Amino acid sequence: MIEMESVAYSYGEELLSDLNISISQGSFYFLTGPSGSGKTTFLKMCYGSLIPTSGKLSVFGKNLPGLSRDEIAFLRRKTGVVHQDCQFLDHLNVADNIALPIMVSARNSLSDNVNLKELLNWVGLSHRSKALPPELSGGERQRAALARAIIMSPDIILADEPTGNIDWEMSQRLIRLLIELNHMGKTVVIATHDLNLIRFTKASVQARVLRISNKSVQLAGSDL
Amino acid sequence: MASVKNIFIPDRYVNQIVPTNGFTTLLTFFTSASMAFLIVFSVAMSFAADRLARSWSDSLANSATLRVSAPTADLDSQTDAALHVLSKTKGIASFRLLKAEEQQALLEPWFGPKVPINNLPMPRLISIEEDENGYDRVGLRLRLAAEVPSAVLDDHTRWREPLIKAAYRIWFLGWLSIGLVFFIVIAMMTLVTRAALSSNRKVIEVLRLVGATDQYIAAAFVRKFAYRAFFGSMLGAFMASMTLFLLPPEADQNAILTGIRLEGLEWSWLIVVPLSFFVLTFLTARISSLSILKSLT
Repeated sequence: MIEMESVAYSYGEELLSDLNISISQGSFYFLTGPSGSGKTTFLKMCYGSLIPTSGKLSVFGKNLPGLSRDEIAFLRRKTGVVHQDCQFLDHLNVADNIALPIMVSARNSLSDNVNLKELLNWVGLSHRSKALPPELSGGERQRAALARAIIMSPDIILADEPTGNIDWEMSQRLIRLLIELNHMGKTVVIATHDLNLIRFTKASVQARVLRISNKSVQLAGSDL
Repeated sequence: MASVKNIFIPDRYVNQIVPTNGFTTLLTFFTSASMAFLIVFSVAMSFAADRLARSWSDSLANSATLRVSAPTADLDSQTDAALHVLSKTKGIASFRLLKAEEQQALLEPWFGPKVPINNLPMPRLISIEEDENGYDRVGLRLRLAAEVPSAVLDDHTRWREPLIKAAYRIWFLGWLSIGLVFFIVIAMMTLVTRAALSSNRKVIEVLRLVGATDQYIAAAFVRKFAYRAFFGSMLGAFMASMTLFLLPPEADQNAILTGIRLEGLEWSWLIVVPLSFFVLTFLTARISSLSILKSLT
């Protein structure tokens, strides 16, 4: 599903180098490492927001550096992304923000794809569907972001510090939703430095932990 | 293709994706209205100049004036001789000796009414209308020189041509102005698109995150501009047509700006102008936005 061979990324100064990893369908991964180690860059490369400076990165069997802008846009429709800062259109209500991926994919009807009400209910936001994003709490924003990320039924869900701004109770609630998605066969990759969250998750699902240190990624042992 | 579809097919989401900024909305709307007003007015002026040029060209081209200026004692005989020459000239449909009152009317704008014309050494004027074949001007002049030396044939060419040239210059300037206004519209739309995209970077980031193509994002912006420009230009064209109605009629010789109006099919410009605005703003905004989006990584 995500294959990296000798992938490197540089912002002028090299941040990541010699990444070799294979993430298969239905797996659950945590990506850990200190702040600034390259977790966000790693995820951004996975959904085509950043192109590796060298190496081969393929997602869904397609070599990312060789894709056109439109092809990258189509790839993002098969990849659900949850950001720490969520990124909503503040002038649209929660329901419209969640439905955004459906609308930009030029599908005319929501009912063809997913029942928006069911999705809102699943993430516990049915009562907030008409609220504007700035009116939501941190936890509500994260759940809305998750709903938006999965509305297109993507095969991969990439979450960048999804619990960074929310309390432990809300973090548990969010991670349970992600575990449920993983049980449905979705691949989940979460960048986090919250070890409690990792331990909590590993109690329910076979999650692997990738640690970024010294510019490269290594599979962490069972000490976590 | 999707972009064109998004322009015409109502889509609540496409319409809402770009937040409406009241100031830029009004600016685009009223600038388009002003530009359309100027274009319609320039079009009306160009058509008026064209009509004037053709009118001078056509109506005076077939007429001439023969002036007989002889000493009073010889004036009648010279006039009779001139009339005789004209009657024998082929290509002249009709000729007529102007009456004293008609000559007085001609002098009235310069000397005022009640000029004692009988006490002045006035030349006799003969109005000539040629037929469709026309007459031999050189031949007539030679005959008049031989038989009526005091007669001067004036076929109006001397003063008609500069007037026609002036009218065509106004016509050309009118169309040049229209071209310049359209150029300003293109420049305005390029700047407005650039400003809108730059102030909506977050919207672009979110749309890209959820898988929007550049064409989709461009359509969301272009749609707004094209409609604003279209409705603004409709208002401008309407205001211009009202202004044209309010201008004094051509018959009012004491007024200025007479004859600036639209006639018959020329009124279709009231539709052509807004449609041109729509197409022009659509293409300009689309090309600009796609170019800017390409540069935004």
